[in-house]
Amino acid sequence: MSIENMHVTRRSKASLIASFAAVIILVILISAPLWAGRADMRLMAELFLYLSLATLWNLMAGYAGLVSVGQQAYVGFGGYMLFSLTMFAGLSPVVALIGVAILGGLVSIPIAALVFRLHGAYFAIGTWVIAEVFRLTFAQVSSLGGGSGTSLPISIIKSMADGRAARESLSYWLALGVMVAVILAVYLFLRSRKGLALSAIRDNELAASSLGINIWRTKFLVYVITAALTSVVGALIFLQKLRISPDAAFSVNDWTAFVIFIVVIGGIGTLEGPIIGTLVYFLMRETLADLGTTYLIALGVVAIVIMLKAPKGLWGIIRDRWDLQLFPLGYRVQTTQSKKGS
Amino acid sequence: MTEILKLHNLGKSFGAITVANELSFGLKQGEALGVLGPNGAGKTSMFNLITGTLKADKGTVTFDGKDVTRMSAADRCRAGIARSFQVPQPFVGMTVFENAMVAATQAADMKGSAAKQHCLEVLEQTELLHRANALAGTLTLLERKRLELTRALCAKPKLLLLDEIAGGLTEAECVSLISTIKKIHKSGVSIIWIEHVVHALLAVVDRLVVINFGEQIAEGDPDTVMKSKEVQEIYLGIDANG
Repeated sequence: MSIENMHVTRRSKASLIASFAAVIILVILISAPLWAGRADMRLMAELFLYLSLATLWNLMAGYAGLVSVGQQAYVGFGGYMLFSLTMFAGLSPVVALIGVAILGGLVSIPIAALVFRLHGAYFAIGTWVIAEVFRLTFAQVSSLGGGSGTSLPISIIKSMADGRAARESLSYWLALGVMVAVILAVYLFLRSRKGLALSAIRDNELAASSLGINIWRTKFLVYVITAALTSVVGALIFLQKLRISPDAAFSVNDWTAFVIFIVVIGGIGTLEGPIIGTLVYFLMRETLADLGTTYLIALGVVAIVIMLKAPKGLWGIIRDRWDLQLFPLGYRVQTTQSKKGS
Repeated sequence: MTEILKLHNLGKSFGAITVANELSFGLKQGEALGVLGPNGAGKTSMFNLITGTLKADKGTVTFDGKDVTRMSAADRCRAGIARSFQVPQPFVGMTVFENAMVAATQAADMKGSAAKQHCLEVLEQTELLHRANALAGTLTLLERKRLELTRALCAKPKLLLLDEIAGGLTEAECVSLISTIKKIHKSGVSIIWIEHVVHALLAVVDRLVVINFGEQIAEGDPDTVMKSKEVQEIYLGIDANG
């Protein structure tokens, strides 16, 4: 074996097929307003937003080791900022999304400085406490309806697009666009030099710090990026609902517990995991939700069985069996085939 | 020759346990220094103090003319200090090649095809090329030790710290490891090597330091140090002449 006839590639047959399939699926999804009903579009938009939340939580917990149970702080913050920027600053909802991202990122900086002093379980509890502080704070703002919340004024809703159908299409496309943007951003981040550092931190912090990686700074960067994007997702969630209240905005069940369920059953620490997890979650929810309590018990049983039998999640099983990687993040060393032979 | 590393009165204690007590010695550019000492003597702690994994209570570490005592482990690595861990610390979820790429891109600041080429060259040198695509978690002990060495070399170090890299290897494995380390030394890298496999150490190093209870008890030419009565008694625990 000699290195003259070796080369390093990041692509594989599976990743090429996957990217081709992704483009086709994306075209089909973009055209949904032409073929899908109103309820289906709403459900798909919700799925896109949950997938975005799961991808972001996975980046933070699965790669940076920041197991937060307080991401609802940014979901709610994003929602409230969208309402504030449109109601008080007169921005159109679409433009306001950019402002939401910036504000979400900014507000996360002092919070990171605070919660990064805590580790492990203390960090998790700390983030939850921060989210509760957010909830109690927004409940005090009377111009936003205080504890009972507020609805988005009709004039703002109407300013989005002409007619209800156009509005719903726009709302759907925004959710789809944010999901694509989030997955693409996380994918490109993980593929970059910083992403390689993050994967190293995921596997072994001691070795990572001894190889020139500034762990605090890398985690800080991940936390702020995640907060900014989570705020945008939160803004879209409440743009779909058109109504916001502190209890709905900062719900630990809706925006963190279900998201953790998705990532854990799908496969934490992989990009593919949250996608599978979201599909499984929505499949279960749509088929079993009518059963009431039984549905929640079923969710719990699935989570327990997967954690015991397949700690790497459903994607972990698939990857181990077929050595698949749909997102080409890794490096493969290959021997160059010489046509003349040697 | 200039000194690449200088420890001056380095001290570190954990409560009543002193792991480093007034440690002072220097390492010349391109020199290979062996470190001996019984278990718990403070050898690995000394490495931790040099690399910045531990912060010294007193004294200074000077590397390449700069005082690095207050620098983080990450910054010291980027400045040119790389180490192998006694208990291998691979990135288990990444392949051997990706492990090497972490060092090349993060520690040595290399980019793109230069980084890839460098990693391939080092993997060839450390005889791990045939395992390049294997997940680090699936490696054998020898391969894990070689991966430690690979990562340290991919960081393009000026100073290489090896912590019991020959421990637990068979004789044949040890011989091939020694020849690899000799080549690295010949290429101009300064080395400090902690090792219990004394013959491996003596095959490479120019000078020996012996440590016990965090203190330096002997230092100098390998043959002289090994023959000194003090070292035989304290390090080997037997009186060679008795």
